[in-house]
Amino acid sequence: MNENLFTPFTIPMMLGIPITTLIIMFPTMLFPTPNQLINNRMITIQQWLTKLTSKQLMNTHNPKGQTWSLMFISLFLFITSTNLLGMLPHSFTPTAQLSMNLGMAIPLWAGTVVMGFRNKTKISLAHLLPLGTPTFLIPMLVMIETISLFIQPLALAVRLTANITAGHLLLHLIGSATLALVNISLFTALITFTILTLLTILEFAVTLIQAYVFTLLVSLYLQDNT
Amino acid sequence: MASVIPRKEEKLLDVKIGELPSWILTQDFTPNGIAGAFQRGYYQYYNKYVSVKKGSFTGLSTVLAAYMLFNYCCSYKEFEHEWPRKYH
Repeated sequence: MNENLFTPFTIPMMLGIPITTLIIMFPTMLFPTPNQLINNRMITIQQWLTKLTSKQLMNTHNPKGQTWSLMFISLFLFITSTNLLGMLPHSFTPTAQLSMNLGMAIPLWAGTVVMGFRNKTKISLAHLLPLGTPTFLIPMLVMIETISLFIQPLALAVRLTANITAGHLLLHLIGSATLALVNISLFTALITFTILTLLTILEFAVTLIQAYVFTLLVSLYLQDNT
Repeated sequence: MASVIPRKEEKLLDVKIGELPSWILTQDFTPNGIAGAFQRGYYQYYNKYVSVKKGSFTGLSTVLAAYMLFNYCCSYKEFEHEWPRKYH
């Protein structure tokens, strides 16, 4: 049982060679480049969704922050497509690996922080102290705010990893419970199957929500520092 | 039977099995050549099934089904022993 539970999260191998890079590059094949004014249906749908998302994400930024739109949209598309592809049976989800999410979170967060410190040093430093704190609390609060600042990339990465991994694990567990219960008691198996259906719907929602949350938080960090 | 079009430009699905070794010898296996082969294959599928006037969901779902099959094959060893059998 111990070994079987986490085998979906092992690195996929083909003839002994890890094919993780190929699997990470696979979603790019599903987003073709639009090269005409009016394209085929698949591209039109993707364009419409992209415009909807980008307006929602970027309308709170000033022009300087909106230069990051391409970064945010590609991040959102990558996380969404990778998570959704991971919902297929037997597929490998790269975003369930902490290493990859750290690789996405740390550079983006560091980019926003460094930009803030370079362009608006005083304001960035002032963010470390909330308004209206009593004077004798200031040193401790600055330390706490610094720690919370450095926790941000870790939280971004771990949030995504934990959500995706936990969701997949739950689906596996409840699915195998349903199968095991079929021989014992059909009614309980039906209840478990209903739970499985609801969980699957939730999982699909989680894939989209997590992508959105990741991107939104990075954009928030950007707003603070633009 | 000699083919009518030059051997190099023939698509893989049009090559007859007896001519397969000679077809393989005419293909170039440099990185550029392999990248070109993948690009050609991608656009062959894309232009035939996706970028048509009334494309539907089947263009995309065939790709997803093939991806699922590929992952099934790659992880066959791991769930081989999970089948409901009397003797494992």
